[in-house]
Amino acid sequence: MIKPLQYMGQGLFYALFFGVIGYFSTWPTYTYLQPDETLIKLSFGHAGQLKEACRERTPEELAKLPMYQRKVTTICPSRERADVVVELEMDGKQLYHVVLPPTGFAHSGTSNIYRRIPVKAGVHTLKARLKDHIGEEFNFMHEETVHLVPGRIMVIDFKSATGGFIFKNKNTTQG
Amino acid sequence: MTTSSSTESLARRTLLRFEGALNKIFGNDLNPFYHLGALGFFFFWVVTVSGLYIYVFYDTGVEDAFASVEYLTHEQRYLGGIMRSLHRYASDALVVVMLLHLLREFILGRYRGARWFAWFTGVPLIWLLLAAGINGYWMVWDKLAQYSAVTIIEWFDWLPIFSVPMAGYFISAETLDNRFFTLMSFFHVTVPLFILFLFWVHIMRISYPVVNPKRGLALGMLLAMLVLSLVSPALSQGPADLGIEPGSVGVDWFYLFVSPLLDKWSAGQVWALVGGITLLLGVLPWLPHRFRQIPIAEVSLKNCNGCRRCVADCPYEAVVMRPRSDGLHFAEEAVVTPDRCVSCGICAGACPSSTPFRSEADYVSGIEMPSLPMHGLRAAMTADLAKLQGDVRVMVFGCDNAADIGKLRSAGVAVMSLPCTAMLPPSFIEYALHERQVDGVFITGCRESDCYHRMGGVWTAQRLAREREPRLRGRVELGRIRQYWASSADFSGLASELESFRASLRNGRLT
Repeated sequence: MIKPLQYMGQGLFYALFFGVIGYFSTWPTYTYLQPDETLIKLSFGHAGQLKEACRERTPEELAKLPMYQRKVTTICPSRERADVVVELEMDGKQLYHVVLPPTGFAHSGTSNIYRRIPVKAGVHTLKARLKDHIGEEFNFMHEETVHLVPGRIMVIDFKSATGGFIFKNKNTTQG
Repeated sequence: MTTSSSTESLARRTLLRFEGALNKIFGNDLNPFYHLGALGFFFFWVVTVSGLYIYVFYDTGVEDAFASVEYLTHEQRYLGGIMRSLHRYASDALVVVMLLHLLREFILGRYRGARWFAWFTGVPLIWLLLAAGINGYWMVWDKLAQYSAVTIIEWFDWLPIFSVPMAGYFISAETLDNRFFTLMSFFHVTVPLFILFLFWVHIMRISYPVVNPKRGLALGMLLAMLVLSLVSPALSQGPADLGIEPGSVGVDWFYLFVSPLLDKWSAGQVWALVGGITLLLGVLPWLPHRFRQIPIAEVSLKNCNGCRRCVADCPYEAVVMRPRSDGLHFAEEAVVTPDRCVSCGICAGACPSSTPFRSEADYVSGIEMPSLPMHGLRAAMTADLAKLQGDVRVMVFGCDNAADIGKLRSAGVAVMSLPCTAMLPPSFIEYALHERQVDGVFITGCRESDCYHRMGGVWTAQRLAREREPRLRGRVELGRIRQYWASSADFSGLASELESFRASLRNGRLT
């Protein structure tokens, strides 16, 4: 093959090689959330209640202990905590249900959740419930009508100390 | 002595044809497919140099990271912007040549036997390179970074080693700390350093590793990358906002394909895929296959004078010199490292005692292939030469891994295929031509710059050009020797060249 043709061939090869690289380094664009969708993220950690209640040591029990151990007056038969159950309803329909076991070898740690839930944007009534004991009743509940804007991530947090569920990053329409 | 198998996979044939076309465009010397490993090194250095420049201007911080990259891209487009583009495109090219390199070595079967080491050490490099690239994309902290970081962290959260989901840190700007970017910067330096270390390990069991592509090829690649950087500069995709889901992003499919895959498959399935690929690639050299290596080289101390030629020529560092153990007056002796020897026979071809002019019938060389001893080759060749008829008699020496020379055999043509053409000591050529046993000697083997045993073609050419020991002696007429390098895809060209050689001998035009 004569030289000019070789140079043309080489140019073509380089153009093709870096053309492929240039194209696939950005295209095709990937759409993972439709324009009318948005996300709800459930993200929090919460320690369930102990499975067996703690009790106060009796004076007799305390008397049997060495002096330096008598400061701790509460005794817990087990460190094991109850599973935390979380439910999320949207417009009366169950959106998500999960049972979160406590972490740790002794099942004594917090129950953690991180969950991404894509939903249609718009005005919705959301109801979140949480149960952190071995009984049947949900002891935390929060219901709110929110306006979920497309693409905007609403975060559902939970802090028992401040009353339970917190809906963040949403447009409230009705408390 | 065997002839190369005529049954080849479709992939091999396709690859050889494609590379043949590239040879016509680039020449064997600059064929990019013959330099994929060296191109990997080249792109790595482009990434390193451009990365060092970017690093000077990069700020670690939730707000600062994006702003600093934007400054570099737009305010300093003439240099910083180009450096950023080179950094991205060289990284992408690195992945492409790495995958092509892996695929090529697999198709050509260059991962079995003693070559397992380079193959095996290459497997972690795949994941480390991808990890370094993904990590780099996060540092920009644009919408793409946000999408990639969240999905990858969620993927890692699937592993039962994290009690608290790490993805929780990416819930809002308040939960994400500046230290995250400091950590990413640290990883983006240490992971490539580890990659460089693994590059060294990857090539440590081969002699004369080619770590730099030919200048023309490197220049071509650099120029093409520069053009791409100017035509389509690397840009960010808007600042990350953890309160807003981008929904649609321009993905770098060379590095970030895992994130869209996680959208289709569960985290467990993607982990199974990664684990499965790693396991399969890792054990591939030991999976059952038809390849059978002939017994490895053996040293005959009685005939070894410690000249070091076998050490110099072994392409796999399988022969080393040790202090003499047999009391002879030589300082050193050659020792074969069994798990590094690929049985190519190049060492035997380099040994000065391999000459067929030795008087003993069952002579032994200083280093030999036990199943293909030099005295056996001489006997086989002599027997073949005695049968030759016709006005032009030619001896063809070839290689088991290239074109099947068995098909060239005829009344006037004798053939001898060796594990590698460089197993042939030049003295055998002289021996064949001696006293007009043949009119000419035709040497063939793998295509130029693509020897199955790496250095065989080069060593043979240098020995015949009298530039390397053992040299072809000066009294041998070069006009009676022809070299033509041909893969199994080039048989028709090989046959034509042989005919042309015979015609020239017939006509007395010894060119």
